[in-house]
Amino acid sequence: MNEQTESLSEKLLQRAAPGRVDFEDMVVVPVFAVIVALILGAVAMLATNVDLATIGRSYVALVVGSVGSVNAISETLTAATPLVLASLGMAVGFRAGLFNIGAEGQLLIGGMAAVIVGFSFAGMPTYVHLPLALIAGAVAGGLYAGIAGWLRAATGAHEVISTIMLNLMSYRLVDYILRLPVVQREGRADPISRSVLDSAELPRLLEWIDPNLRLHSGLFVMLVAVFLVYWLLFKTTFGFEFRASGANPEAARYAGMRSGLIIVIVMVFAGAMAGLAGANQTLGVLGRATPGFSAGIGFDAIAVALLGRSHPVGVLMAGLLFGALEAGGRQMQVDAGVSIDLIAIIQALIIVFIAAPLLVRKIFPWGFQKETRAGKE
Amino acid sequence: MAKTMNPIDAQARKLDTAKVRQARNTGVILICLSVLVAYVFAFGTSGGDAVFRLSRPNDPWAAPNLVVPAMAFSYIAAAVLAFLGARQFMRGGVKWTGLSMGFGLLLAVAAFLVWATAGKSFSLTGMLQATVVRAVPIALGGLAGVLSERVAVVNIAIEGMLLAGAFTGALVGSLLGGFGGLAAAVAVGGLFGFILAALVVTYRVDQIIAGVVINLFVLGVTSYVSSQVYQEFRFLNNAPVFRPVRIPFLSDLPVIGPVFFQQNIFVYGAFIMVCVATYYLFYTRSGLRARAVGEHPQAADTLGINVYRTRYINVTVAGMVAGFGGAWFTLGSVGRFDEGMTNGLGYIGLAAMIVGRWHPFGALMAALVFGFADSMQQKLALLQTPIPSEFLAMAPYIATIILVAGLVGRARPPAADGQAYIKE
Amino acid sequence: MEVELRNITKRFGEVVANDDVNLTIRAGEVLGLLGENGAGKSTLMNVLSGLYTADEGEILINGKPVDFKGPGDSISAGIGMVHQHFMLIPVFTVAENVILGVEPTGKIDYLDLKKARLQVREINQKYGLEVDPDELIENLPVGIQQRVEIIKVLFRSADVIIFDEPTAVLTPQEVTEFFEIVKSLRDTGKAIVFITHKLHEILDISDRISVLRRGQIVGEGDPQTTTQTELAEMMVGRPVSFNVDKEPYAPADVLLDIEDLTVLRENDDVAVDGINLKVHSGEIVGVAGVQGNGQSSLIEALTGLTRVAGGTVKFNGQNITHASTRARHRMGIAHIPEDRQRMGMIADFSIAENMVLDTYYDDRFSKHRVINWPKAYKNSARVAADYDVRMTSVHDAAGNLSGGNQQKMVVARELSRETMFLIAAQPTRGLDVGSIEYIHSRIINARDEGDGVLFVSSELDEIMALSDRVVVMFEGRIVAEFDATTHPLDKNTIGLAMAGAVA
Repeated sequence: MNEQTESLSEKLLQRAAPGRVDFEDMVVVPVFAVIVALILGAVAMLATNVDLATIGRSYVALVVGSVGSVNAISETLTAATPLVLASLGMAVGFRAGLFNIGAEGQLLIGGMAAVIVGFSFAGMPTYVHLPLALIAGAVAGGLYAGIAGWLRAATGAHEVISTIMLNLMSYRLVDYILRLPVVQREGRADPISRSVLDSAELPRLLEWIDPNLRLHSGLFVMLVAVFLVYWLLFKTTFGFEFRASGANPEAARYAGMRSGLIIVIVMVFAGAMAGLAGANQTLGVLGRATPGFSAGIGFDAIAVALLGRSHPVGVLMAGLLFGALEAGGRQMQVDAGVSIDLIAIIQALIIVFIAAPLLVRKIFPWGFQKETRAGKE
Repeated sequence: MAKTMNPIDAQARKLDTAKVRQARNTGVILICLSVLVAYVFAFGTSGGDAVFRLSRPNDPWAAPNLVVPAMAFSYIAAAVLAFLGARQFMRGGVKWTGLSMGFGLLLAVAAFLVWATAGKSFSLTGMLQATVVRAVPIALGGLAGVLSERVAVVNIAIEGMLLAGAFTGALVGSLLGGFGGLAAAVAVGGLFGFILAALVVTYRVDQIIAGVVINLFVLGVTSYVSSQVYQEFRFLNNAPVFRPVRIPFLSDLPVIGPVFFQQNIFVYGAFIMVCVATYYLFYTRSGLRARAVGEHPQAADTLGINVYRTRYINVTVAGMVAGFGGAWFTLGSVGRFDEGMTNGLGYIGLAAMIVGRWHPFGALMAALVFGFADSMQQKLALLQTPIPSEFLAMAPYIATIILVAGLVGRARPPAADGQAYIKE
Repeated sequence: MEVELRNITKRFGEVVANDDVNLTIRAGEVLGLLGENGAGKSTLMNVLSGLYTADEGEILINGKPVDFKGPGDSISAGIGMVHQHFMLIPVFTVAENVILGVEPTGKIDYLDLKKARLQVREINQKYGLEVDPDELIENLPVGIQQRVEIIKVLFRSADVIIFDEPTAVLTPQEVTEFFEIVKSLRDTGKAIVFITHKLHEILDISDRISVLRRGQIVGEGDPQTTTQTELAEMMVGRPVSFNVDKEPYAPADVLLDIEDLTVLRENDDVAVDGINLKVHSGEIVGVAGVQGNGQSSLIEALTGLTRVAGGTVKFNGQNITHASTRARHRMGIAHIPEDRQRMGMIADFSIAENMVLDTYYDDRFSKHRVINWPKAYKNSARVAADYDVRMTSVHDAAGNLSGGNQQKMVVARELSRETMFLIAAQPTRGLDVGSIEYIHSRIINARDEGDGVLFVSSELDEIMALSDRVVVMFEGRIVAEFDATTHPLDKNTIGLAMAGAVA
């Protein structure tokens, strides 16, 4: 090769600085989205006969309850941990072009499996029992999601419908399991499982400050998962295949990637993360399983993954935000008597605006560069 | 000169075509069903007759009870299934695959019912009546799906529109009475249809994301209001319920009368809407244009058809249909709203649309199948079968998955389904 | 009727597609609009048909300025356009397609299909177009689909008919028939605009020629006096040589050996019907044929993208009939897919990522399933410089490249590694002349280095220019074979074979 091409190729390697549009998409749009959602939340309160003073109080409570004290921060992190875990799986799915709405069910099944392992095997040391219970959760969640993945790959059944059906089935399945004699707590007629043994519990982290602080070592599991998913998506051949199949399945197929296999692997992985989130709840927070212990985390995870733009770091940030809303929302309910369901409205609104940058640009014409879209002929 | 080969040529060459493979698989499934019926239902039966009541004693023209000897029926069903399966497997009977499968499934379900009822009796007419009632929200959800997907807008938001309709129906119904509530439910459904259209058409939000977001939003708003307001003001959640309307003469017919002609306005409304939608989509100018927009929006655009407006109108109307369907949950059955009371029926409606091949009547038929699965599990729970009630409750969901997985490959969605149309 | 385009300028973002264009269209005359791909011909006509709004300039009909708010306005003004990609709805019948937008209706919006059929038959008779109004479009061959497009335009009583690259999908014989139709339309007093980049066609059919280059009218020509060479120079902006230089034909061993290959479509129709073909190392075998005669399925079978229903494929002595796409790729089979945007690249990925789209897994770029990105970046930059892919950085999204550069990127990816065989499908479709020349030279280069090349194109001129041997596919079979090294190729004979007229 001659010198000219050599120098040209050197030049081509230079990375352009991120453009203004990228910055707007990554930072400005989410910030505006949160602000608008909070304003509209206030409007919703006004519409339901909540007076202005209470609205003020509730937003103060929202902040205090999420970051105002050690306990608040502990609660925020505790709420964020399963959200981030489940939505990491969701993010990988999005990247691969799969819309897994089934995190809720996978979370239930995974959490259930973790509880069963967690109350069995008495006498096992923690360093064996706890990992085993976590793995059981991941495996169960993964297999459950794998059903939807297999159906999609083998028959073309859309994963949105099959995962929703699997969600609905998981509620009944958990009800059934909780009434099995080997699972149900002795002497109880209602569906509730035996308690997880100490050796399988995720150790609390802040007990030395105050025994009531619930933050547990699932936090580390979550942080490791964030790093792992980042590495998987952007550094490995698996991640490359996932992203390629999501961005252009046909081109991926032409490049020799096996789309069916990738669909199944991605779904199993997403399910495993959701299962881990479930295990995190049962082993770290609840200590047992009851019907509906998933508490909608699987659905909130969709929002978190969208808000985080399916990027592991973005998911972490979005998860912390939603965790804060969750923790603050509880405080809000106590202090101002405003239903925590308001948080669900705010969350939904945030995603609407995140998903519709054009809409945000229209509402806030300032703060954005004028739209210059290079069209095609 | 060479023309494309006819099927006989292809068979002579023993090509392992997709259809032959499918026929084989069908054969295997049928044989498995036959074994299941023979072993579980025939051996497992306590003997005795299964009695299906067709009429109530005070009906004008009472039909006699249908008495089926359980053991004999199971054996005959197993034998027929085995024959069908073997025939599919050996001959690769390409032509009859779908029909054999359909008939086989029907037979297996019948055998299951007979087995569960053996030695007892229950009202078949009652179950069919419940089937139709339970099919209504699914059929209307499916119809809403048909209307919007025919213009290539994927409508995951049906669930949310149903929920919004249910909520509004209860709220406004409590204040203004049934018809006021119904009108408001339709209006709010239409509003969400319009919002969905705005998001996906004008703001080009991914269609599935837009749908999911609307669902989350509606769930949030309705739950918030029920916990914030209904707790305190209970009279706001106490709407009148539409009673069944007997259609003179027709409602007296045995079986058919109670099933189709002693229902409330939601059932009649659903049937009428399905007919109107079919006429609209396939026999009118606007329908032709709507379908063109769904198949090839650019072509429609070059012919002067306003793609965006067509999508807005159809998706809004779809929302109104779903809003009407949503009112069923409150004004059509219990009169009060509960958080998340639609319980995934909107998604089952979407499945009905796929199974019904994007045709209003197809969606209605599929909805009746789901309604049947649902009402059957309810009745069976009363009959105390050895199957745990939790598993019976899963029946409609399993039916959905099987039907979608089994049929999706053969149904063809509108060509542009799910794609935004970007005009320069 | 006379239509005048005055000072039309149309921009897309930064790109100026039409720059101050003036054009007059007259009744009873065929105006040839010549220009290479990307010169702005289609944009100009889309402005005229109301699909785009011009940023500057105006349109005058019979001297009066008009304002088109959408295609509907243009249609009612009597302007009809037959698009390059047919605007037909495959699952609708001919009649439904024809009436769409101007439907005859009865009470309560009832669609009067009976009347529509009658009207279609009337037009059929008037212009001698034989089309069954009840047939579904998807069941019709492309030649007939084009007639449906013409009927559509006539049904709207257009006085100006624009044909955008109408001959791309036709056999030479169909082109002749089509020209007859165009002439008879002209003689009934219609104004015709004929858009093409094919020189001989424009000389055949036009009464007047305008040449468009980079969005500007660069010249006018009288078909009686202008030559192909002059037109080509005007179109491209520099002298163009029609000859392709290549080494003498020296085929070596058989590389690809196809026996009785049968491939089915998804609906079980036979797409490839018992094909036998051998390709040697060091030769280019051109596959000619009208689109949709099984070429795509043949390629998919050869690259392992679809199941083979019967027969065998051997490569370099090994049976690869059921080998995976990746295995074939590893053996040294390169593939330039027919639709680069859909199959050959990922628009949202960076150029570097696209450059390793099918090699990311091999030892050069990854170890234990971890990709060495710095190495991949460096390699991409080197290859891009080598293959003249014009861009600012390898980290740019591939979708931002121009069509020609996108295709060069695909070619670079496929040929920059050790290859033995190249399957090139429509490698120059929609490209400008410069890129076409470059890609041709790369393909010939591969052949000269000893690769076998299977070259599929619907452009007969291109096939005839490059191939050592030509086979013609019709309805899934090879119906004719020509050896360019022994006898010069004859366009007419090949054209007849493309239409299936072979004993």
